[in-house]
Amino acid sequence: MLTLTINEDRYDLDIDPQTPLLWVIREQVGLTGTKFGCGIAQCGACTVHLDGKPIRSCTTPVFAAVGRTVTTIEGIKNESGELHPVQQAWIEEQVPQCGYCQSGQIMSAIALLQKNPLPDDTDIDNAMRGNICRCGTYPRIRKGIQRAAKMIAIAPQKKKTIDG
Amino acid sequence: MGKWSRRAFISGGIISGGAVLFGIAIRPGNRVAKVAPLISDTNDTIFNVWLKISPNNKITVVVPHAEMGQGAHTTLAMMLADELDADWNLVEVLEAPAHKEYANYALAKGYALGDLNFPSWLVDTIDGFFLTATQAINLQITGGSTAVRTTGKFAMRVAGASTKAVLLEAAASTWNVPTDELTTKNSIIQHTESSRSAPYSEFAAIAAQLKQPVKPNLKMPDEFQIMGTNVQRLDIPSKVDGSAKFGIDARPPSLKFAAIKTAPVFGTKLKSVDEVSIQNMPGVRKVIQLDNAVAVIADGYWQAENALAALKFVFEDDGNELVEQSDIFKQFENDMNNAIKNSAEITDFQKGDINAALESANHIVEAEYRVPYLSHAPMEPMNCTAWVHDDICEIWTGSQDPLGFAAQIADALEIDVGNVLLHNEFLGGAFGRRAFSDYAIQAAKIATEVPYPIQLIWSREEDMRHDYYRQASISRFEAALDNSGIPIAWINQYVEKHDPVEAPYIPYAIDNQHIHFTESKTHVPWGFWRSVDHSLHAFFTESFIDELAFAATKDPYAYRRDLLADSPRFLHALDTAAKKSNWDSPLPDNWGRGIAIHKSFGTIVAQVIEVEVLEGRVVPRRAICAVDAGFAMHPNGMEAQMESGIVYGLTAALYSEITIQHGAVAQSNFHDYPMLRINESPIIETYIINGGEQIGGGGEPGTPAVAPALVNAIFNATGKRIRQLPIRLHDLSTKELSSKDVA
Repeated sequence: MLTLTINEDRYDLDIDPQTPLLWVIREQVGLTGTKFGCGIAQCGACTVHLDGKPIRSCTTPVFAAVGRTVTTIEGIKNESGELHPVQQAWIEEQVPQCGYCQSGQIMSAIALLQKNPLPDDTDIDNAMRGNICRCGTYPRIRKGIQRAAKMIAIAPQKKKTIDG
Repeated sequence: MGKWSRRAFISGGIISGGAVLFGIAIRPGNRVAKVAPLISDTNDTIFNVWLKISPNNKITVVVPHAEMGQGAHTTLAMMLADELDADWNLVEVLEAPAHKEYANYALAKGYALGDLNFPSWLVDTIDGFFLTATQAINLQITGGSTAVRTTGKFAMRVAGASTKAVLLEAAASTWNVPTDELTTKNSIIQHTESSRSAPYSEFAAIAAQLKQPVKPNLKMPDEFQIMGTNVQRLDIPSKVDGSAKFGIDARPPSLKFAAIKTAPVFGTKLKSVDEVSIQNMPGVRKVIQLDNAVAVIADGYWQAENALAALKFVFEDDGNELVEQSDIFKQFENDMNNAIKNSAEITDFQKGDINAALESANHIVEAEYRVPYLSHAPMEPMNCTAWVHDDICEIWTGSQDPLGFAAQIADALEIDVGNVLLHNEFLGGAFGRRAFSDYAIQAAKIATEVPYPIQLIWSREEDMRHDYYRQASISRFEAALDNSGIPIAWINQYVEKHDPVEAPYIPYAIDNQHIHFTESKTHVPWGFWRSVDHSLHAFFTESFIDELAFAATKDPYAYRRDLLADSPRFLHALDTAAKKSNWDSPLPDNWGRGIAIHKSFGTIVAQVIEVEVLEGRVVPRRAICAVDAGFAMHPNGMEAQMESGIVYGLTAALYSEITIQHGAVAQSNFHDYPMLRINESPIIETYIINGGEQIGGGGEPGTPAVAPALVNAIFNATGKRIRQLPIRLHDLSTKELSSKDVA
């Protein structure tokens, strides 16, 4: 038996500790937003956060997540259920096409903005190159991240004004 | 996306209830009863197979095409909603159930008639003929870029306009006022003189009893309210929060998972399996032997994959295991040579007097091009969930052809098609691959062996090695130039022809032409790949015309321009792309600029690509795209499709190559069949031309011109002419005499 924390929920699971985290999330936990693409950490469709850092869940054994915090695409809305700025920007820029890789793209984008709140296109390219999009939404992913960065930058200022 | 009623299928027997008669017109008519239980909720009023109105004035548009990222659901709903003067905020989409009333007769018609330029008085006859024909062969296909240009035009807009007509008639009789005093806006009917207004839903019950006009007046472009605008796509919100359901996300109760290994050499059979080898592995439920494959069912997918990897099995040999890629190209060469020798060539297109032109020519130019097999590699590997219960086979998958899938599953299981219930989910990419039902038939067969539902997931390796591949091909050209460098003869011989017929045709005014092909069959299965035959022929013809320009020492843009002088639509697109690229402006060292133009699926696309060749490495920097699809129903969506088609085309041109080794596909995953990534993706600028002609497609036409524009740009940068794809096979670390120096 091992215990996982995913999107702040606790799961006690009777499972082979070598099982890739991806399949535990999709099959045992039942969160299907995280996708299977290649199985060898080449495409990024399975990207989730482990303690806030983006990892490829298809090659991460579940035991590596024990005692740590896993966040999936289903866990990034804020407490009042509002979409994360990256998700909002993705709608504004009409980024997804087939949509299959987008959970992974969004998780990578959020991790980038947490580390680098104002990335330029080169920073974006470097951070996002592990995520393949077969529909070719790359130009919009760049725009989406730039827009989200602005939204995040403005949000605390607003708060300041209200506080002040 | 809304869901159609599964209960109606199981309890009502609407599809299984014996023979379904169908008329010959797809126009709104009296066939609603057959599909009503599938799409209806209580209190909805169904007007025709394409739309219903709910008591809260919500309008549901039933679209017969799959959503695979091309925006078909939204764009088709826009077309109906606009003609209906509907409130867009109250419009919802439901994907049509796999039912023959929704057959995509338009696709067959488009292929058979080319550009759909037939006189309007023939439309009904042709529609009727093709509807009957395609229903008979079970088409409800999303492909051929047909969604907007045919379904949208002939079904969606007509349904919207006809429904508006009967709603007005119902309101006029209820209020006892003349119809022409009524106006409609945002799903509300208004009578200004008496200051009355009411929502559509108020008249729905009466209106649905009235006879809907078969040929309603459709709006002119200057009357469009929704068509041509950039409404947000309806499917996107669910695709940013993980809630969108793809085939792989189906979760029926007690679901188990299956992994599969299909015979690596196409066409060979399973010989033997040693089931004992895995019987004690954790989670394993059952080994299933199919004709050409072996599958393992387990509690979890990872357990199934592990067990399959440990399972001992043998496939038969049938001789094809000796085939190598070089043999295939050799076979093509021999067959092409023999066909010429034996006059066994099949003529595609012929005009003028080729021999006379060759004799009078000042200069002959020859070239031979090659392209490899290509895999589709959508991000969602092939998968299908199947559950055989209560005398039905229930299927969850992503299909470009749900009706065909249901029929083929029924055939494979030897059951009535009425007992196949198919739920078509979002498609995680398709590009033509999900028109083939092999994975769904496998899942259905596996499910017949167990009492619980199974989800069959192909590994990425299976997906890449069991595709239906874009053909490899050789194309040979000979052209004759006159004294001024103008081509007076164009001869083209190529191997393997599929669809569409016109793919190898050129738009240029060349008096003498002979385009012909050789059949040369291999054991590699063929499939529709984004833009189908256009994907190779645009590379061939637009590379060769560039070579002719070079031979004539002319600028490749100006050279094309001269040959398109009598084709204003082509000229406009070409000029737009050239102008937006600042064609004549100088580029930095090691940069090059290439141009190409190609018409496919009714849409003309001209592209200029700027490339930097850095120590032999090709870096596309900028892609300028001018697109004339007649009218862009959803301009932002059209831009998205151009971006998508360009990235897809760049991946193929730069990297993609499927090779045959010992009869099987050598590549296996993204490490050896690489994809363009964001850091390699150029800046893309799209310019939409609403040329006003017949509406063309959007999903495919962005791809064909990419490869030639790119190799033409590389030639411009390095002086090296690439005649075989992919580009990564070529050493570009040194320069040859630059075309810039010559031109």
